[in-house]
Amino acid sequence: MRYLPKSPSDREAMLREIGARSIDDLFSQIPTEYRLSRDLKVPRQMAESEIVEYFRERGAGTAADHASFLGAGVYEHYRPLVIEALASRGEFFTAYTPYQAEIAQGTLQSIFEFQTMICELTGMEVANASMYDGSTAVPEAAMMAARITGRHAAVVARTVHPEYREVLATYVQHEGMKVTEVGYGENGRVDMAAVDKAVTEQTACVILQSPNFFGTIEDVAAMAEVGHRKGALLVVVVAEAVSLGIVRPPAEADIVAMEAQSFGVPPGFGGPFCGVLATREKYVRQMPGRLVGETRDRHGRRGFCLTLSTREQHIRREKATSNICTNQALVALMATIFLSVYGREGLKELARHNLAKAAYAAGELRKKAKVLFDGAPRFHEFVVQTQEDPHELNRRLLEKKIVGGFPLKKFYPELGNASLWCCTEQMKRESIDAAVAAVRA
Amino acid sequence: MSGPRKATTHVNQNEGLIFEKSSPGKAAWKLPPLDVPAVDAEKILGAVARSDLGNMPEVSEIEIIRHFTRLSTWNYGVDTGLYPLGSCTMKYNARVNEVVARLRGLAEAHPYQPQRLSQGALQIMKALADCLLEITGMDAITLQPAAGAHGELTGILMVRAFLEAQGNPRKKVLIPDSAHGTNPATAAICGYVVENLKSNAAGRVDVGALERQMNEDVAALMLTNPNTLGVFEEEIHKIADILHAKGGLLYVDGANLNALVGKTRPGDFNVDVMHLNLHKTFSTPHGGGGPGSGPVACKRRLEPFLPLPVVMENPDGSLEFDYDRPKSIGRVRAFYGNFGMHVRALAYILANGPDGLRQTTEDAVLNANYIRKKLEGVYELPYKTPTMHEVVFSDKKQAAKGVKTGDIAKRLIDYGFHPYTTSFPLIVPGALMIEPTESESKEELDLFIEAMRAIAEEAEREPQVILDAPHTTRVSRLDEVQAARKPVLRWRPPMREAAD
Repeated sequence: MRYLPKSPSDREAMLREIGARSIDDLFSQIPTEYRLSRDLKVPRQMAESEIVEYFRERGAGTAADHASFLGAGVYEHYRPLVIEALASRGEFFTAYTPYQAEIAQGTLQSIFEFQTMICELTGMEVANASMYDGSTAVPEAAMMAARITGRHAAVVARTVHPEYREVLATYVQHEGMKVTEVGYGENGRVDMAAVDKAVTEQTACVILQSPNFFGTIEDVAAMAEVGHRKGALLVVVVAEAVSLGIVRPPAEADIVAMEAQSFGVPPGFGGPFCGVLATREKYVRQMPGRLVGETRDRHGRRGFCLTLSTREQHIRREKATSNICTNQALVALMATIFLSVYGREGLKELARHNLAKAAYAAGELRKKAKVLFDGAPRFHEFVVQTQEDPHELNRRLLEKKIVGGFPLKKFYPELGNASLWCCTEQMKRESIDAAVAAVRA
Repeated sequence: MSGPRKATTHVNQNEGLIFEKSSPGKAAWKLPPLDVPAVDAEKILGAVARSDLGNMPEVSEIEIIRHFTRLSTWNYGVDTGLYPLGSCTMKYNARVNEVVARLRGLAEAHPYQPQRLSQGALQIMKALADCLLEITGMDAITLQPAAGAHGELTGILMVRAFLEAQGNPRKKVLIPDSAHGTNPATAAICGYVVENLKSNAAGRVDVGALERQMNEDVAALMLTNPNTLGVFEEEIHKIADILHAKGGLLYVDGANLNALVGKTRPGDFNVDVMHLNLHKTFSTPHGGGGPGSGPVACKRRLEPFLPLPVVMENPDGSLEFDYDRPKSIGRVRAFYGNFGMHVRALAYILANGPDGLRQTTEDAVLNANYIRKKLEGVYELPYKTPTMHEVVFSDKKQAAKGVKTGDIAKRLIDYGFHPYTTSFPLIVPGALMIEPTESESKEELDLFIEAMRAIAEEAEREPQVILDAPHTTRVSRLDEVQAARKPVLRWRPPMREAAD
């Protein structure tokens, strides 16, 4: 066994020291009838070379060599090479949660930097050390709003990622939280009048996503006013974090629930990603998840440690703010490195490239199909309505090694032959032109 | 004070925050020329355009490399040495796992890409699911939960849905006093009242007490087996029978599965639903606090309630996601879970095979018992019951000299080791919970034992050395009380601080 550092004679010597006759003595607590007396039926032990080959074969038939217009909550941005180089350092990825601060300053300081960057980008005052992903950050935000307001209903825009809304429904089904969904208007923005009507004295929060699932940027400030007027909090979901490079931060929100995958994390067939919650300082004690704080050691030197853990499950048990324990620290580190690379100016320029690519693609597609929701600004995603079924179009595009937009029928049947297209800075003009050429007018 | 044999100091450079290196005009990025017409962002975005990115840093690539490399040297990881955090199971993270998880066809796969292009990824999920079902002896599984606690949530939601389908979700979940804090927190989110179950003198579930406590209001018992003392619940079949006789379900927290793989299967002892922690048992790296992955396995009768989607095999052998599951608890996470962790866990299973998995378990248990034997008498052993993959001592002897488990832990750092778990389980005051895992050689274990013995001697002769520890780290003991009293949770530029 390659991973086991003991020789047969080591094992014998250790058993002798323990005073056991055989290894089975150490398993005598397990009643005989439950002891497995056969080999597990799993594949035989493989050599490293075979393992690499096994996964290479499985990776070979995928879309890696295709141009892809898929977004819809998972975005393919360029990932600077320093991210892997640094996140692959064993001291980072083979460490545990930094419970012993003195020998975990690397993780702790990087999380402190992550928290700071998230605050700068979102306009919030505090951010946690990450959640599982954007979709689970949303119900955590809703439950947090319920704790703060003492109210037990939520109003959520239908333009929030459909899968995020499904996760919200699963999480709050036994919390006694009533969730009301509100539709969208001609411009692809949430129907503000409908939200106004839906918010009552029982509403803990209004949840909206910006840019929303259609790529449209919501009027966060106006929506905050609508919610706050009736004492509800505003939760803003950010699924495409790169947008924050050029779109006004949702500073009027009370809680921001974000997915940071765009910051240097591969699509990875859907995970691992990196969720974050950010909020105002006055709500920090109701926020779930880990927090790193600055402090001093005995000699007055700056250091960092986990803090405010009395909110967490390992201390408060059933009265905790959440059951979350393991988060996404390594992925948060990758995001921190990504944000260090692009920084104050690079993020702006990166977002500008995304904007330009999408504007060009939407302009070209408009020549052959209908681009919906023109009345409001958008970032790098847009909805295209075609003559033919988008699945049919996508089948033809696939022959050209192009993965077309995400058909919306499943989640928005009312939009007919509509699909959601995304162009990041990675999309080449020739791929856009080739895709447009395949659309039947 | 005799010098520790393992640890010495080495060059370890000072490093400020990334923000403190920032200066306008420095840049680590370069975008290719734009191949489409540039746009006027302000015009497109109007009122929602942003111009200022606040205090985001501006630094060069070499500064980034040095910054994070230096930070990494301030961390202790499994790669650095023994990491005996009990119940956290810190084992070797194989490099091949990292390589295959980063293969372009897998790392770049989009979750919404056409099914035809996803067959390889789906095959990996199916192969892992099959292996985990064989290892646990269960019937059906979801890989969707993103971590162990997320798996608990999924599992208890399934219990609730199952009972609801029978007409009554019931009111209570029983949780032993030795359990992880995630168990009660999870039960509460699922709308259950938590009722504590007392452990007996052997550190096991008190079966008599369980029998008295069990009634038609109890939905489930959440049991960690082996429990957090490392003790196997010998009467597990009786426990299951008591639950089942009154219509309740047995949930097993798989945090300690590392003690069982290849030796026994929870499904065989009548567990109804359980979660696994891929990052504990199947060597996906813990990354300083995640990502994890917490698949949930269940018996046939609970299968309809699994979160959607689940991987399904078509008659032609192709794989796809099945969304048509009317009894499902719903979705617990967008997409399909932490797929990158699925890849790593499968790579680990393939590298071990049936013999390796069994040997791994045996070595993990051997290592823990070796430590137990060598330190018994030096440290107080509150429960004499035989233990498996971890052993829990208490600080009773040392506490008499004013030295507590947390102090001993800090002193252990000076000897070159990561400390054991200090705060757990709650039924042992001043616990020292040690889990070496299979990844340690006899030599490393002997060094650890020697260090623990030396610290016990110091506690007798010069306790102050321990109370002031650690002495060799770049920061000395940190003021955690102050950090919580006046939280500083983000950096602010000095100028603004002065203005405040």
